[in-house]
Amino acid sequence: MMNWIWLGLLAVGIVTAAFTGRMEAITKAAFDAAKTAVELCIGLIGIMALWLGLMKIAEEGGLVQALAKLMRPVMRRLFPDVPPEHPAMGSMLSNIAANLLGLGNSATALGLKAMQDLESLNPRKGTATHAMVIFMAINTTAITLIPATVIGLRAAAGSAHPTSIIGTTLVSCTTAMVVAVTTAKLLGRAKRFREVQE
Amino acid sequence: MSESLSSVAQEVASWAIPVIILAIVVIGAIRRVKIYESFVEGAKEGFTVAIKIIPYLVAILVAIAVFRASGAMDWMIAGLAPVLRPLGVPPEVLPMALIRPLSGSGALGVMSEGLKTYGPDSLLGNMLSTMMGSTETTFYVLAVYFGSVAVRRTRHALPAALMGDVAGIAMAIFICNVVFG
Repeated sequence: MMNWIWLGLLAVGIVTAAFTGRMEAITKAAFDAAKTAVELCIGLIGIMALWLGLMKIAEEGGLVQALAKLMRPVMRRLFPDVPPEHPAMGSMLSNIAANLLGLGNSATALGLKAMQDLESLNPRKGTATHAMVIFMAINTTAITLIPATVIGLRAAAGSAHPTSIIGTTLVSCTTAMVVAVTTAKLLGRAKRFREVQE
Repeated sequence: MSESLSSVAQEVASWAIPVIILAIVVIGAIRRVKIYESFVEGAKEGFTVAIKIIPYLVAILVAIAVFRASGAMDWMIAGLAPVLRPLGVPPEVLPMALIRPLSGSGALGVMSEGLKTYGPDSLLGNMLSTMMGSTETTFYVLAVYFGSVAVRRTRHALPAALMGDVAGIAMAIFICNVVFG
């Protein structure tokens, strides 16, 4: 899947640029994007270290396990393949909580920790497990209670009601998450994706 | 009313992280965790994980940048507009719908540009804001998360995530037409 999308974006982009005469522009855009990617990752090192450090303390202090226990009924249904006591449950919950609070980079750091934990359950390295796919479905449609960036931009643009979109945002991101998780669950049963797993 | 809600939201956001950090450290200390040693041990992983993501992110961000800068994105929008207009989808929000899963900063740009052009409290302004807040930068998230564990066969993750994006965008358009239209 990723192979085709990648090929499609690059091939369509380069062929289009040939017609629109933007060869120089796409060269520059490609180099800039490569640079941005590295800068993003370097910028992530500090915050990753901070949260993974704190998570380690929370884990050894039993905090993560307590959170996981509280949410067990929901999590067990969403992730039947992950043992309820597994650390992945706790780190996934921390990530979801951070996303709810709109903590951006912190949520990413905690999400990556969750992926590492899920990977420890992966019998086929290099291939996503069903639990990983469900977790990604939740993450790519992350529900935010307070979309702080959007509210800030609206206020900056002179809006009389910068927070008026909280309700509509909540409705549409909840819809997105339900659809994404349902699709992931249904596709997980499809023959095509099951075969890869077993 | 909304002013006070906004300041409450900001207050909550600025308190959240310090309070969480304090709680983790204090509870750790009470439970006799060697908090400093544990922190350093956990933090060490931060470096490895961040570095591991780089090649995946370069791949995906370069492809998206080429696609956008070539003008292919604009063509796609122009082609889709006449199909979607009868469904109640204003063509003005198409750039947002298409760019949101591909590029977070791109979507932010489209949104601020739209707020300036149409006004933040117009139907289009509210619609763009709702779309911005209701989905994630899907390709970036997939590249980073799967990259961190070197997963290359992502199975049904992308179709599921994209279905979510489509549903979120469609719901944003619908609900904004109902609430603000």
